[in-house]
Amino acid sequence: MANMVRRHTTSARLWRTGLYTLLIVAALVYLLPLVVMLLTSLKPLDDIRAGGLLSLPSTISFEAWSKAWGSACTGMRCNGMSGYFLNSIAIVVPAVAISSFVGALNGYVLTKWRFRGANLCFALLLFGCFVPFQVVLMPMARTLGWLGLASSTSGLVLVHVVYGIAFTTLFFRNYYVSIPDEMIAAAKLDGAGFWRIFWRILLPVSGPIITVTVIWQFTQIWNDFLFGVSFAGFDSQPVTVALNNMVNTSTGVKEYNVDMAAAMIAALPTLVVYVLAGKYFVRGLTAGSVKG
Amino acid sequence: MSALNIRHVNKTFGSTQVLKDISLAIDSGEFLILVGPSGCGKSTLMNTIAGLEPVTSGEIRIGDDDVTWHTPSERDIAMVFQSYALYPSMNVRQNISFGLEMRKMPKAQREEAVSRVAELLKITPLLDRKPSQLSGGQRQRVAMGRALAREPQIYLFDEPLSNLDAKLRVEMRTEIKKLHQRLGTTIVYVTHDQIEAMTLADRIAVMRDGEILQLGTPHEVYNDPVDMFVAGFMGSPSMNFLPVTLVSHASGYALQVHDEEQGGTALTLPWPVERDTQELSARVGERLILGLRPEHFLEDDAIQEASGEGARLEVTATVVEPTGADTLLQAWLGGSEVTTRLGPKSRVVAGDRVVLRADLSRAVLFDEKTQRRLA
Repeated sequence: MANMVRRHTTSARLWRTGLYTLLIVAALVYLLPLVVMLLTSLKPLDDIRAGGLLSLPSTISFEAWSKAWGSACTGMRCNGMSGYFLNSIAIVVPAVAISSFVGALNGYVLTKWRFRGANLCFALLLFGCFVPFQVVLMPMARTLGWLGLASSTSGLVLVHVVYGIAFTTLFFRNYYVSIPDEMIAAAKLDGAGFWRIFWRILLPVSGPIITVTVIWQFTQIWNDFLFGVSFAGFDSQPVTVALNNMVNTSTGVKEYNVDMAAAMIAALPTLVVYVLAGKYFVRGLTAGSVKG
Repeated sequence: MSALNIRHVNKTFGSTQVLKDISLAIDSGEFLILVGPSGCGKSTLMNTIAGLEPVTSGEIRIGDDDVTWHTPSERDIAMVFQSYALYPSMNVRQNISFGLEMRKMPKAQREEAVSRVAELLKITPLLDRKPSQLSGGQRQRVAMGRALAREPQIYLFDEPLSNLDAKLRVEMRTEIKKLHQRLGTTIVYVTHDQIEAMTLADRIAVMRDGEILQLGTPHEVYNDPVDMFVAGFMGSPSMNFLPVTLVSHASGYALQVHDEEQGGTALTLPWPVERDTQELSARVGERLILGLRPEHFLEDDAIQEASGEGARLEVTATVVEPTGADTLLQAWLGGSEVTTRLGPKSRVVAGDRVVLRADLSRAVLFDEKTQRRLA
């Protein structure tokens, strides 16, 4: 802590050095898998066969990346990850948008238009956060069948929206609880109705929690494998399922560099989102806990 | 015709009744203050007027309209909140014009209204700022501006000054009074601060436990309280209550102040003949409560001695608190400690024997059990 008086004796300095060394080593250990993946994805296959995991590539080649993207075989087809990447986007964008919007609306109603049983309603929604994926697989499959949405992108979007609403409602409800009711009363007296208050008063101050929710939902849905593999059709499989199919292929030569590149491609969007908006994520999670 | 008419309004939350048969009427241009301790129902009453809480039974009329079941936006009302409740995402200009925009006022007129109000409240330089960039006093002004811009029939103020520091509170109090005198607006104002109530109101409604105990001008409420609660609540320091026994004395009555420690009578105060009432004659020999405000005690001096005004009594000062404008002195009288307000020139120190005169012509008498006013 910088805001504390501290003695600068030799033993104190030794402690500090030891502490920082430990922290740096820990950070390196955590970074290692990423480094190995990155290095491997840039190596030609010969390098991989010859050298160790951590050896530097003899020549840097992006061939593995382009193969993973465009022509690697995932099961029967050999068109790379690109199509599945787009599938994932087609699932994630509407699913995140819809679940976040519904969560915001739920949070708004549960805090500012309270009704008899609102707390019970919230408790039940909260319960949804603790239901494991596996439990809903069978009922969800039946439901999608009834709705005629089996094996479609819309079906997967629906699954993710339904599953995500519990979390998004929790986020927005806890954020809106800290917004004074008097502000809503003032808007009512000013003549604004249910939707106007939501759009004009509440949403403009929801920036931090929208960021949190979008990051959370994006990461969850993008990284989802189980729902994807269970409910997606042949044409709507997300990138995670494609990655699995590619890496688990038992025929032909094992191309580790292509596998690594594919894994990086699959992980990239969540990394980008986190890097771009991560500071708001932490800020939003703690919003309201400290005054000001 | 009344601007606001509340008839037999009841409000219950579950099994607790927070408003009990409230009826009151306010004339156009009147400044009414609802005052009382927290939990007395004054804020609930205000919320029912605003339409933020439905009433359980009763009727609320604004002008000629029965608005009991109108939504807040359908009632022609503006409200200033304790927390100001400004919209954080909008600047001051947008905050003020939001209500006008919702009421579909054309843009040119909105801008005119904003600049009129901004000038009135001296917030023109702040129009493009966000609420977070304003001080407490400035936010308070913006909140008032938002209400004023709408020019509603009735303004509601919910403890608007209680978040301000002491100095600013007094300034804003004066400013609200000036605004009211200038614009002649109809105002219902909730506060728990009896000084705000006294200084601002045309009429005060003192509330407790969901009932209006007394509704009257500040002068009436202060000088003619209906019971011990109103008497004790209004005025600072509070009125002194002394247990006394009413006795016949010469041509009229006198009050014997009990000596709680040693028993017997500490002193006898003659009750002014001109304040005798029929009711008192039936009460001779009973224990009553005498109410004397701190300023009803005077330091004995030559002039008063000559005129023989007030009842003379001798006390020992226990605590002396000079406030600058005057000196508060606490002393034991009979079995109770009384607070008296002496002039700023008083040089009394704790422990002194002081000769005081009690001005019984302004004192009040209460029934000990019912706490109702007797005389």
